[in-house]
Amino acid sequence: MGEIEEKDIDQGKKLGTQELTLSMGPQHPATHGVLRLVLELDGETVTKCTPYVGYLHRGVEKLGENKTYFSALPLTDRLDYISSMSNNVAYVVAVERLFGIEAPERAKYLRTIMSEMTRISSHIIWLGTHALDIGAMTVFLYSFREREWLLDLFEQACGARLTVSYPRIGGVRNDVSKEWLDSLYRFTQEFPARVDEYETLIDQNRIWLQRTKGIGVISAEEAINWGLTGGTLRGSGVNYDVRKAFPYDAYDKVEFEVPLGSAGDVYDRYRVRMGELRQANRIIKQCIEQMPDGPVLAPDAPKFILPAKENLFKNMESLIHHFVLLTKGPLTAPAGEIYSAAEVPKGELGFYIVSDGTGKPYRMRVRAPSFIHASVLPRLCEGGLVADVIANIGTIDIVLGECDR
Amino acid sequence: MEPLQITEKIKEAFPAEVLDVTEFRGQVSVHLKREKVLDICRFLHDTPELAMDYLMDLCGVDYLGKRDDGSRFEVVYHLYSMEHRHMLRLRVRVPGSDPKIASVMPVWKGVNWHERECFDMFGIVFEGHPDLRRILLPEDWEGHPLRKDYPVQGRSGDEEWRGFKEVLEISEKLKEFEWER
Repeated sequence: MGEIEEKDIDQGKKLGTQELTLSMGPQHPATHGVLRLVLELDGETVTKCTPYVGYLHRGVEKLGENKTYFSALPLTDRLDYISSMSNNVAYVVAVERLFGIEAPERAKYLRTIMSEMTRISSHIIWLGTHALDIGAMTVFLYSFREREWLLDLFEQACGARLTVSYPRIGGVRNDVSKEWLDSLYRFTQEFPARVDEYETLIDQNRIWLQRTKGIGVISAEEAINWGLTGGTLRGSGVNYDVRKAFPYDAYDKVEFEVPLGSAGDVYDRYRVRMGELRQANRIIKQCIEQMPDGPVLAPDAPKFILPAKENLFKNMESLIHHFVLLTKGPLTAPAGEIYSAAEVPKGELGFYIVSDGTGKPYRMRVRAPSFIHASVLPRLCEGGLVADVIANIGTIDIVLGECDR
Repeated sequence: MEPLQITEKIKEAFPAEVLDVTEFRGQVSVHLKREKVLDICRFLHDTPELAMDYLMDLCGVDYLGKRDDGSRFEVVYHLYSMEHRHMLRLRVRVPGSDPKIASVMPVWKGVNWHERECFDMFGIVFEGHPDLRRILLPEDWEGHPLRKDYPVQGRSGDEEWRGFKEVLEISEKLKEFEWER
């Protein structure tokens, strides 16, 4: 091949260009589920981005209206299926607030521990896949090692690794053993070193910095206006955390900081989530140290809690109680409405429950953070490069099961 | 600011619009007429001592047969102020015969998909929304699933799906076997 001559370049200009419409997804590996983006490209620049969601819609809100408060709990597992424990906690806290039930102290601490374990396991799966999308493969292999430890602990506590349904209205299903707590405590001692290990892989990596710094920038005011929450909001430097703003469970009894970013780009959101990993570890450690002994289910909430299995076959009252609770729901529910939110790994998961006094919720609205975060994608992607679309999908940390409900 | 003080502010600025104020478990709801909802939202967003800059949630509720004044639907807004750390709920009544309400997109950009979902699930039209399409359901879907008269179950067994109207009829017939609600 010889030198490119001047006349060849002139000829190329005459040919002209046209925009390309590219449908990305719904089964693209980098979309973390079934998200479809229709991108309009001018060369490598994205001029328009239109997300399509709803491929995983299962009608959770409609189903919730037709189930009793008790039996709607497993539906919430399937929202954000990699952090089901936090979703359960968000739901039971909402129902407890609606009916004025107070869970015992030990149950509150256990739920806090479980929520933070979920935060760690969700954030490290996010870290692994986000880095994998951008091109750093090794992080994925390291992060799944710690996730496995946590999932094993979930399995020991409640028998399930992913869809746990462990919290109950008025407490948790069963207590954990001393060995279980020992194993978890050992985890909290080892985990900070592991976080350092992830950081040595990418934190100062020049390719990682070039792919993340200054990409997908959103200012603090704009982030609030768009309704972003969680790490996606705090990357822009807004100090809003549901655990601090509306404390639930044992979050008002433990010390932790809310990590904040400043630039509002992909890199700062990554730094915020790495900070959250350390804080979550700190919360778990404090909870184990402070946890009191005692019951794990509230005694004053019999209308919401199934009777013990051994009583079921001996005691007529228990049998009737069990049947009514599972078919018709609690008989003495007060009428009213509540909006209750919890800080799940993805952001603010809110439940707006309207009770009309019957055993089933009249309306169960799920405010899913992933849904809002997916809606901000056009704002982040338009004007950027195609390669940055992948970085932006990763940084908003969405799970489509929660987005589509 | 306490939520009840905020409701006083709304009453001062829009005396004809506030229908009722209720409180349950420390959360205050303001019941509003739908005509000036955009103005009220702008007032709540722009007034410095209120500064409701974060819209937590927007959703619809169907009160079919529970209301005397013909207002079947309600659009519920949850507002929060990042600066002052206060929260308020707005409940705006929308009649079933003419389910339309002004979009609050000019105030909060993040309400875009909430309003599309509310349109999808309840058939409430948000006037002034730039892109009001179905979002979670396919574009050719019939009916609005979260309305209370939408059937939960279709036909049982391996019969073929016959369409929305037939299922509605069957669900009417099956109602006699339900628990009373």
